[in-house]
Order: sequence, then structure tokens, then C-alpha cells
Amino acid sequence: MTKRSLQSRATPWISAIVLFLLWEGIVRLFHIPDYVLPTPSASLEAAWKFRSAIWMHAAQTLYTTLFGFAIAVVFGVFLGALVGSSRAIYNAANPLLVGFNSVPKVALVPVLVMWFGIGTVPAVITAFIISFFPIVVNVATGLATLEPELRDVLRSLGATRTDILVKVGFPRALPYFFASLKVAITLAFVGSVISETVASNVGVGYLMLSASSKFNMPLVFAGLLVIAAMGIIMYEFFNIVERRSTRWANRANPTG
Amino acid sequence: MSSSFVELNNVTLRYSEGDDLALDTTDMKIRKGEFIAVVGPSGCGKSSLLKLVSGLMPPSNGTVIVDAKEVAGPLKIVGMAFQNPTLLPWRTTLDNVLLPLEIVKPHRNRLRKHKQEYIERARDLLATVGLAGHENKYPWELSGGMQQRASLCRALIHEPDLLMLDEPFGALDAFTREELWDILQNLWLKRPFTVILVTHDLREAAYLADTVYVMSKRPGKILVARDNTLPRPRDQETTFTQPFTDLVHELRSHIRDVRAA
Repeated sequence: MTKRSLQSRATPWISAIVLFLLWEGIVRLFHIPDYVLPTPSASLEAAWKFRSAIWMHAAQTLYTTLFGFAIAVVFGVFLGALVGSSRAIYNAANPLLVGFNSVPKVALVPVLVMWFGIGTVPAVITAFIISFFPIVVNVATGLATLEPELRDVLRSLGATRTDILVKVGFPRALPYFFASLKVAITLAFVGSVISETVASNVGVGYLMLSASSKFNMPLVFAGLLVIAAMGIIMYEFFNIVERRSTRWANRANPTG
Repeated sequence: MSSSFVELNNVTLRYSEGDDLALDTTDMKIRKGEFIAVVGPSGCGKSSLLKLVSGLMPPSNGTVIVDAKEVAGPLKIVGMAFQNPTLLPWRTTLDNVLLPLEIVKPHRNRLRKHKQEYIERARDLLATVGLAGHENKYPWELSGGMQQRASLCRALIHEPDLLMLDEPFGALDAFTREELWDILQNLWLKRPFTVILVTHDLREAAYLADTVYVMSKRPGKILVARDNTLPRPRDQETTFTQPFTDLVHELRSHIRDVRAA
């Protein structure tokens, strides 16, 4: 490994450690009480102390998040392909999509609870509806921004719409698609945790809510750290998948 | 005249109802295997002419006939190359050249079984334009001139009867451009296909074409059809001969008149 790549691998860890040290220092320096802002060390201590409970709740959150995210990917690609390949569908669907995306998803959770009861189902659905939008937009953009010259080349060879979509549209939309996955997975966490906080008795969101009602702030922050960690891991995972599968689009990327 | 391969009869074009004419009453007759060039001021509808002939755009009036059939939709036998090489960045040069074979019948049905034969064909073609050894490179690893050569190969791999070139060498430096003139001329001499070359480079038109058409300002109209009987193959020396410079001069004066009008 070269010196430079070692350095670029180390920097995110260093910045995280610096942030934690600052946080720890400020809380200690100003004697901020535990129930307002716990130190990171207290949060980590709480995380260790309640590890089996956190493990169970985190597994539930991860499960609902990934489930909702998976539905979002399937649905998002389908809708994105539809919207991106036809001007008419784009015009028809766009205002509806934007309107739907503007509705705060937390407002939908009570509705989902009325329909499906509390627990896993509304969490999965919230994760889904909050995360499909960027996928739709990106897939549609990737398909719709095909160079007109290229379209002409293909059409004058007798290519059908499907040919153009398969040979050029989808490969071309792939980097857009992967970029949207990174955004969507973090949004999916937001969705599932919101829903667990409002309407569930399992999951990290529920864990944090019940901990805060007992003024156990270190445990609340432990929950936050767990969510952040899961978000980072999933984001990095899709980042790596993106770089592997669309090397041609990232060749000039200094971080790639 | 029944011997013409491409025929435009009283063709006009406006992009949409109520728009100004993009192309005014145009008549053209192009023989099979003829190399024609269309020159004119920018925005005169040269590119629209290509779209009309290839059937990507229907004429507002008149008829376009290719190979004795009226053009009603996109032709399926045309090779095209533009100023922008439009290679697919996720495909190697070889795979880019093979792309038309994945679409054009009957090749698309034969491709899988006869893959090796088609790969050989693509390699041969790439070799004739000087791209041997670059087959497995990606487009961004090629220079602009090399990309344009690959783009020419892609336009020719399925041996189309009609080749449409829309300022294909416009973005290249002068030396590369003249090199590509020779490459194109050689390909055409080997297997004469019908070429419509749109360009604003008068020397390019004089070097390559059998007939040079001069178009007016918008709405575009063909003002002059000038035969070019300079002997082939033309080479660097040709461009310094009197008949060549006379021809370029003559074309230039037409363009001057057009722009002043």
C-alpha cells in the first residue's frame, strides 16, 4: 500500500476520533450533565452495557430498513424506467412524485398504523416510501439524458425502443442508479427509525424513545451511534459496489 | 432518372406547424456509390437534410426516395457518424464497433454463433483505419482522432449502402483531419457506398466528394451542384494543384454570395 492510500484510509478514522475527543472534552470542561448531553465514553459504555438489547433492536431496524429499501429499489427502477423512457409519462408522473415526496413521511406513519397496526409493517413501508424517490429521479435522469446523436445512430440501424433501452439506456443509467442507492439507503434508515419511534415496540427507534422516557441519555446516544454506524457501513457498501460496477464513469474521480 | 439511389423531390421541412421553413424546396439526385458533400453557412439545415434522408424526420412536403422506395420511417441500413464520436464509454473500442451488429438484421441473430467471425471483421476494419492494437482500450484512452476513427468503423461495420457524415472531422486538428480524409477515401474506394457528407470545410468537400452541393442561408435551399472530376485517388499533392484550388475558390465565392444575400 502506498503512503498516500494509507493516508486516505486513515483520515476518516482520524476525523471521527477528533470529533469524539472534542465532544468528550467540551462536556467535561463545561460540566454538562449526563441527562442533557452524555459524553461519548458514557454512550459507548451504555452501548456495551445494553449490548444484547441493542443487538436485538438494531437487527430489527436493519431488517426493516433493508426490506423497505429492497422494495424501493425494485419499485424505483421500474418507475424510473417508465418515467425516463417516455416524455408523456414523465409529464404525467412528475408533479405527483414531487408532491408525494414533499409530504413529511412522519405524517404518514399514523395512517399506516391505522391500516397495518404497529410494528414491522409500517416501518418497512415508511423506509420504502422515503427512499424510492431518489432512485426514480436518478434512473429517469440517466435514461432521459441520452445523447440525441446516439439515439439517431441506433434508430438508423433499425433499433427498437427496447434495443435502445437495453444497449444504451440501462448501462448509461447505471452510475446514476448506484449514486441514488447511497442516498436511498441512508434515507431508508431515517424512515424505519421514524416509524419505530412513533409506532413500534421493537427497533432502535423504540429503544431510544423508551430510554429517553427513563432519562437514560447515554443509551439514547448509544442508539444514535448505532444508527449512524449502520448508515455508514451500508453507504460504504454501496459506494464500493458502485465503483466496482461502473469504473468507466468514475475514472476521473480523485476519490475513486 | 431511374439510376439514382437517393432522390429528393420538392422536399420542404418545418420542424413544427407554424414554424419558419428549415429547408426550402429541395431536389437532389444521388447515384449509387456517389460521394456527395453538402456545404453551407451554419444553421442552413444541412443536418436536417441527413435526418430527412435517413428517415429520422419526415418531410413536410415532397418525397424522399431511397433505393426505389419512399422513405416512411427510419431506414435500417444507414451508417452514421457525427462530430461527437458518441462511443459508449463502458464498451471497449472493439465492442463499440460491434454494436451495430447487435442491432442490424440479419447479424443480430447470427452474432452469438459466429462471434469469432464478426470479431475478425471488426479487427480488420479497425486495422485499416490504423487502430490495430487498440481494440481493447476504452474510448477515454483514445485520442480524439482515434475515437473518430472508431466511430467511422462503427458506422461501416455492417456494410451499409448509405453513410451519413455530419461534420465528422470538425473537432479534429488539421493534420489528423487530412489523415482521416485519406482513410475515408480508401474505405470508399475499396467498397463504394453512397456517402452524404455535411461539412463547412470547403477543402474537405473538394477533396472527398464527387459532387459538392452549396446550400443557402436558412431556409436552406440548394443553390449550386458542382461536379468534381478530380482524378482519384486524391492525395496531399492534389490539394496543391491548380484545379483543386480553383474548385475551392469557386466554392468559397458561392458561400460568400450566400452569406451576403
